Amino acid sequence: MADPLLQIKGLVIEATSYPPGEPPKEVTLVHGVDLTLARGRVLGLIGESGAGKSTIGLSAMAYGRGGVRLTGGTIHLNGREIRLADAKALRALRGREVTYVSQSAAASFNPARQIMEQVIESSLSHGLMTKPEAEARAVALFRKLGLPNPESIGKRYPHQVSGGQLQRCMTAMALCPKPDLVIFDEPTTALDVTTQIDVLAAIKEAIRDTHVAALYITHDLAVVAQVADDIMVLRHGRMVELGETGQIIHRPTQDYTKALVSVRSLDHVEKAPAPPILQVQNLTARYRGTNFDVLKNVSVDLPVGQTLAVVGESGSGKSTLARAITGLLPPSAGRITFAGRQLSADLAGRTKDDLREIQMIYQMADTAMNPRQTVGTIIGRPLEFYFGLKGEARDRRVQELLDQIEMGKGFADRFPAELSGGQKQRVCIARALAANPKLIICDEVTSALDPLVADGILKLLLNLQAEAGVAYLFITHDLATVKAIADKIAVMFKGAVVRYGQKTDVLTPPFDDYTDLLLSSVPEMEQGWLEQVIAHRKMESAGN
Amino acid sequence: MRIPISALIGLVLTGTFLFVAIFAQWIAPYPIRDVSGGQWEGPSAQFWLGTDTIGRDILSRLIYGAQITIFVALASSVLAFSLGAFLGFLAAVKGGWIDQVLSRIVDLVMAVPSLIVALVMLSVLPLNLTVLILVMGVLDSTRVFRLSRAVAADIAVMDYVEAAKLRGEKGTWVIFREILPNALSPLVAEFGLRFIFAVLFISTLSFLGLGIQPPLADWGGMVKENKDGLIYGKSAALLPAAAIAALAISVNLVADWILTRTSSLKGGRGG
Amino acid sequence: MHPILKLLVQRIALGLLLLLAVSAVIFLGVEALPGDTAQAILGQQATPEALANLREKMGLNEPPLTRYFQWLGGILTGDLGKALTNGADIAQSIGQRLGNTLFLAGCAAAISVPLAILLGLTAARHAGKWPDKVISGITLTTISLPEFVAAYFVIYIFTQLIPIFQPVAMVFPGMTFWAKLNAVALPVIVLVLVVLAHMMRMTRAAILNVMQSAYIETAELKGLSPMTVIWRHAFPNAIAPVVSVVMLNMAYLVVGVVVVEVVFGYNALGQYLVDHVTKRDLPVVQAVGLIFAAVYIFLNMLADIIGILANPRLRHPK
Repeated sequence: MADPLLQIKGLVIEATSYPPGEPPKEVTLVHGVDLTLARGRVLGLIGESGAGKSTIGLSAMAYGRGGVRLTGGTIHLNGREIRLADAKALRALRGREVTYVSQSAAASFNPARQIMEQVIESSLSHGLMTKPEAEARAVALFRKLGLPNPESIGKRYPHQVSGGQLQRCMTAMALCPKPDLVIFDEPTTALDVTTQIDVLAAIKEAIRDTHVAALYITHDLAVVAQVADDIMVLRHGRMVELGETGQIIHRPTQDYTKALVSVRSLDHVEKAPAPPILQVQNLTARYRGTNFDVLKNVSVDLPVGQTLAVVGESGSGKSTLARAITGLLPPSAGRITFAGRQLSADLAGRTKDDLREIQMIYQMADTAMNPRQTVGTIIGRPLEFYFGLKGEARDRRVQELLDQIEMGKGFADRFPAELSGGQKQRVCIARALAANPKLIICDEVTSALDPLVADGILKLLLNLQAEAGVAYLFITHDLATVKAIADKIAVMFKGAVVRYGQKTDVLTPPFDDYTDLLLSSVPEMEQGWLEQVIAHRKMESAGN
Repeated sequence: MRIPISALIGLVLTGTFLFVAIFAQWIAPYPIRDVSGGQWEGPSAQFWLGTDTIGRDILSRLIYGAQITIFVALASSVLAFSLGAFLGFLAAVKGGWIDQVLSRIVDLVMAVPSLIVALVMLSVLPLNLTVLILVMGVLDSTRVFRLSRAVAADIAVMDYVEAAKLRGEKGTWVIFREILPNALSPLVAEFGLRFIFAVLFISTLSFLGLGIQPPLADWGGMVKENKDGLIYGKSAALLPAAAIAALAISVNLVADWILTRTSSLKGGRGG
Repeated sequence: MHPILKLLVQRIALGLLLLLAVSAVIFLGVEALPGDTAQAILGQQATPEALANLREKMGLNEPPLTRYFQWLGGILTGDLGKALTNGADIAQSIGQRLGNTLFLAGCAAAISVPLAILLGLTAARHAGKWPDKVISGITLTTISLPEFVAAYFVIYIFTQLIPIFQPVAMVFPGMTFWAKLNAVALPVIVLVLVVLAHMMRMTRAAILNVMQSAYIETAELKGLSPMTVIWRHAFPNAIAPVVSVVMLNMAYLVVGVVVVEVVFGYNALGQYLVDHVTKRDLPVVQAVGLIFAAVYIFLNMLADIIGILANPRLRHPK
């Protein structure tokens, strides 16, 4: 076939934004992007937030989400121009020639209808199959995607299956009408790392077996490297680089791509053992009104001026550990010793110095700062509260702290809403530093940030540790971050510490089962990695 | 910042009503009780809006009516507001048994329509301005309680409030410096709505003969006095009725505008 | 036990508990207010002996709690006591009037509910465009009108400008159904006007909320027709919020009825209540107040029950 499946030329996408208290204004999200996709090929669209990757992906269905308008250029699908097509023509191609898999299957399935009904809906409404045919195909797809009980899972309602399973159901829904093109929009981003690998493998196999073409949208280069034939790097609505997957990850030509590729290679040499600043002994805790322990007999030490990374997936209890240490959740058993003194279990019993010396930085800098206070007030308050600094002395110290977090002058009078994501997190770090703490608890502080910004924050934290000798309890689900910052590691699973020690020891085999699963599930920026892991796991389970 | 035309109309009208209410004594052409004309005279140079059922100048009574209606409504909504907001914040921040007790009491009061509760209470209590303001204020404070508790509870779970608690800040700092500034705009809009509710409430009570007692004039009472004229085609009762509607609509327009501004503030994040 | 059954039982128990608490407040709370029933009957000039006699006769010297349980027991057996003012049996006086009130409210509901849902749907479908703006503008106006204000405008229009109706609404036993309908036309128009605005605004919000869900986008991206999207994907999820909107407004109707009955001289429960509040006839006020409260609590309970039944997460537990 001479015509490519999808050909986009000079695509311009605009939207109206509504800044608070100002008149609405027009913004351009995508500035003239060209894209060609041949049948059966997989193109990865990669970029940070605001790169326009989802917007471009949806343009392949001539769909603009929430007031987004496709204002310029041409979009040819199967040889027809569709940007200016009428509603009827668009309905004929959506769900038939092109289908869509979203990031959140949980929100994208109608809670009031059974899964099967929704999976076969477009096949029926477009008259592609009879109901028994469509159901048979759906069951076959469920089986191919590795869903449990493929014959009966369709009878369930969306809330009755797990997130990872629902994401596969959505893939089945997209593949059922035998489309020419599927748009995958961050389909594994919301999943835990050990779930992600299975879903990713299922998606990849399904794409290969059905010979469907795909646009695979993600912010994670290592993920896209597993499924895409080619990769397009986007930034601020413009194309930065386009190439075959191997070329992009091994021989990037553009600086921005190089930065993206190298962002995960930050490595930190662990420090020599030292006496502990924080000792957690046999900590057990549960939430009020529940009948199971979310922390089970947890014991860890954190040496002075070092970093203990607490790693685990959602529900592992890692954030609960932080809450217990801060005194927000008094444990039912166990003790916490800090700087040689035993800490009171609950917040009310702690001295001002106890509070001052343990500071906390949150995942969402947005909600961690009072939107009605200026940066100066936010950083200045601990200075006033703990050290009684006022007036000029306080302002001077605020500026020193702003310099320390590399933000310079002119920020003290701004409100949080005027800062970028990375700047907000820096201000939170400065607020913590203002108390002259001995320990800072960092709860997923980089996971809401784009990789390059997160990288900057990690480097800043390491520099501050070298300068001020502060210790970090670093809570994260991301193993690349752990490698970049930790001296010691505790791996948590279902409320218990399953592996604990110096970083190199923890990351060196032999592993326990869970750590092995966790470590081997982290995507590596290497083509064919996914197949190797899956093959390896199959071999192991066959061997057992 | 641009003010939409509807909000502008609302602001101007609300302002006019307030002005008339404050300066009623100087503006009204006739004293409130003066019978200066015949029954239900039409508009004339002497009586711009005609006369009422016993020959009093309608315009003057409307102007005095504005004063008393707005005064009573304002007093009861201020009471409802201070009581409701204070207890609502307290319940949200303290939680525990304080929250439980207050919330259950409010559930109980709100389980019955305010008008019915008011009627039951007024069948026993003496009818005077203080009682009316107290009854309306206390009944309406339940709605303010629900709203401020919900708003404050939303804010109380924010990380910045937790951060303040972890810093060791006292309850007063948490309420007045962390929570209140962020709760202000929805509460301001709510104040407008509560005021409208109070205007409608007092007018309804007066209309039923259970609110402000003659010879004082409030708008609801004026409708009651003049309602029989309607059958003979005398529209005197419609003027105070229109005044009630105009005041309520103009405050509604302002409150609506404040509400949309609030939600756009919430949604808007720079950077 | 199926979890949904458990929830329903809990909700109904809560409703009954609430009703019991409300009855206590209506009886004991009112007792606690300053005011003296005996004084209210005999007036300011009564001699202390006469007052004491009356108190004794009415059992007012018994502890309040005892009298409360006597009162409650009476209600449960259909004995609502006697009116202070004329000694008439309250239960008897209420019977016919309750029927009239329900007839009026029923007519208003039968018209306003379908109309409000239709208008709400229209406004939601054209959100932000002119039909929405027109409907929103009109409803904002009617929301700002108290019932009696709306009533007099309606009376003026339909008896003076276009004289097609009577300004009073009299119904009496033996009237044909059609004649009754004709008699309540004006009060029904007023009630519809007042309830419609609230109901329509809330319906619009509920439907818009559903239409913004991700699963509606999924349905659109399947190339389904707009009707299919609404019927198959939006509607099942909009039932619960819309029904709860309807029920809440039916409860609102309960209040509207009181005022509208007074305006039109409609001989029913609302007017009966207001009359006896003016006369300070406490037993009547307490009995009628409790009936209004019971209807209101029942409607709110019904709204919650339908909400529970319509929730797929509860209907199909894991």
